[in-house]
Amino acid sequence: MRINSRLLVGGVLAVLAAPALAALNIFATVPEWAALAQEIGGDRVKVFAATHALQDPHRIEAKPSLIARARSADLVVATGAELEVGWLPLVLRESGNARIQPGRPGHFEAARLVVMLEVPARLDRADGDVHAEGNPHIQTDPRNILKVAEALASRMAELDAANAAAFRDGLKAFAQRWQANLARWEKAAAPLKGQPVVVQHKSLTYLLHWLGLREVATLEPRPGVEASAGQLGELLQRVRKQPPRLVLRAAYEAPRAAEWFAGEAKVPLVILPFTVGGDEAARDLTTLFDDTVARLLQGLK
Amino acid sequence: MKPKTIALAMLAIFPLVATASDNEIRSLREELQRMRADYERRIDALEKRLAAAEAPAAVSLPPPVAIPPAAAAPGSASGFNPEISLTLQGQAKSMQDIPERSISGYWPAAGDHSGEKRGFSVDQTELGFAASIDPLFRGTARFAVVDNQIDVEEAHFSTLGLGNGLALKGGRFRSEIGYINVQHPHEWDFADAPLMSKALFGAEGYRQDGLQLKWVAPTELFLQFGAEIGRGDRYPGTDRNGTGPGAGAVFAKLGGDVGTSHAWEAGVSYLATRAADRPAHAQDTDPAGPNQVEAQFSGRSRAWIADFVWKWAPDGNARDRSFKLQGEAFRRSEDGTLACSSGVAGSPCLGATGVLALGDYQTRQSGGYLQGVWQFVPHWRVGARYDWLSPGTKHYDEAIVFAALDPAGSLFSTYRPKRSSLMLDWSPSEYSRLRLQYARDTAMADVTDNQVTLQYIMSMGAHGAHKF
Repeated sequence: MRINSRLLVGGVLAVLAAPALAALNIFATVPEWAALAQEIGGDRVKVFAATHALQDPHRIEAKPSLIARARSADLVVATGAELEVGWLPLVLRESGNARIQPGRPGHFEAARLVVMLEVPARLDRADGDVHAEGNPHIQTDPRNILKVAEALASRMAELDAANAAAFRDGLKAFAQRWQANLARWEKAAAPLKGQPVVVQHKSLTYLLHWLGLREVATLEPRPGVEASAGQLGELLQRVRKQPPRLVLRAAYEAPRAAEWFAGEAKVPLVILPFTVGGDEAARDLTTLFDDTVARLLQGLK
Repeated sequence: MKPKTIALAMLAIFPLVATASDNEIRSLREELQRMRADYERRIDALEKRLAAAEAPAAVSLPPPVAIPPAAAAPGSASGFNPEISLTLQGQAKSMQDIPERSISGYWPAAGDHSGEKRGFSVDQTELGFAASIDPLFRGTARFAVVDNQIDVEEAHFSTLGLGNGLALKGGRFRSEIGYINVQHPHEWDFADAPLMSKALFGAEGYRQDGLQLKWVAPTELFLQFGAEIGRGDRYPGTDRNGTGPGAGAVFAKLGGDVGTSHAWEAGVSYLATRAADRPAHAQDTDPAGPNQVEAQFSGRSRAWIADFVWKWAPDGNARDRSFKLQGEAFRRSEDGTLACSSGVAGSPCLGATGVLALGDYQTRQSGGYLQGVWQFVPHWRVGARYDWLSPGTKHYDEAIVFAALDPAGSLFSTYRPKRSSLMLDWSPSEYSRLRLQYARDTAMADVTDNQVTLQYIMSMGAHGAHKF
């Protein structure tokens, strides 16, 4: 086979030159922050999402492809609160990229900006997969998204002064839309207030907190530990007297326990997208919550 | 007092703050943010308690109440303590009773033979410390504690902010040649090291006391180059008490994804070092009966390693099912001279000075391993591994060498060592693992050793991320 050497050289140069493009290069650990950075930055940012919605965010590996992406990033947008503790610290160290190390302006942690729920009173791994800083799944409350957006936009402006005005405009437009959306979602979700629900994992705590849903039980006996058949049976007995209205699980979570429990308890099972890309409808942040609220309401019918 | 008022008061008191850099302003903002968050959290908690008091009693668990974190409060000095990890490892092993295990045809690597005890035994207990030292450096130390002994496995600093894809490491570290060498024993997918690692470096793998420089290319495909120089005192080299580096290594790695379900990495590495009077047990040709003597190699030792690893997980989600295929192959060349030494009267190795030169000695040897690990349901994995070594070619003057040393000795064997292993392990969480392993070990000529190992690996404390 003959290889066109000019094409080859051109290709290599193109690959080498790609990260040098002017746009702010953002490495987001999870899809929600990638979507948010895109909302604020528009075409003035180049966003890479390290994970997708169907991956368990607790079990990501420090893959070579992630190190390669982090190498050229100007800004890492992470959740923090130990969500990425299993892979991000290693990716950052291996990347050889000084800009994105913890403590530098190029390292942004969303969890620092919101009020954390379920901060453990004691730290013991006998309690399962506990996070010292609290429940890290903050993106399921859209009010948190707005708080993060404000801080993220100013961080982006700080890193890329030339586009600072554009980022501020991007934030303003996003915030206006988001406020309107919030009012709309909260109005639509009013019937959900106070409804008892069972969740699979503590991944939806912030969502329940926002909508006033009442979590009466968690299928996992301890965070990150799957329930045995016996434990599920016991739980079923416990909730028999006052059955929950819904069983909730995030799209990335294993289906079996929730399916079985919902079937036995004769309660509708609602699978929530959890983040952008969690189902076909959740294409961006707005449709993520459109779909979440719609699915919850549908479940109540 | 309101947080804002406090901040204003501080501004007034400390004129220094007026010339604060952006960093300081940011940290002030963050401080403010934290205080605000703290107030909000308390109010939130109170509201919740109120709501809980009003709500009718249900089968509900207590509502989520925000409680101040249990971790060391920032501000106390212990907050700066390094992350500490402790790994417990032990086993019960059934295998043949062989006094001096070796790999036929291969020079025996010095060092301990951990995991080669029969019956119940506690492997090394690994104690690790790691923390940022300052904005420029991070420090890591790992100690392997075994009976009456603390082995410094790693003790190094590494740079955090060199930038441009560069990272420098200095001190004692596991060399990044090949794939498995950089892994600690608790990260292995089998209870013991591949035969190849044992033959090349000994059971503990190759460590450098020196410097390492790595560079990641600014490409979307992962491309990394690294170079190491070190003291070179470990097998296959020996401590030569020189002022310059005694070993050098270079490596290149390439890696990436194929779709969302596949990830891979491949690399080539080269290690060059020298040995002086590197010892091995041998038997002489004393007509009065064989004596235990010491064979000695002096010269250059160079090794090439090619490695690859490929991982599959449906949609990149390794929780339920995953597969990992890993293989390495090496070729080692050693060029130098052979000698033997003895203190026994009548031994041909006694010579005039207690050492007898046996002329030039040259070897070209190769081998490798291939292993696959299949996670078939959450927490359960099975694996298979095949190890092979080739005796390769050895050049020396048989007339001279066999006049002094027994030609039936392990060093001169042309046997092909092999081993096949099967394992099953169960990890109820990412911190604990129980493993059952069966191996048919034919690394020694004339010995077929069926080995069964039951092993535990338990991690406590901070447990950092593992490499890919």
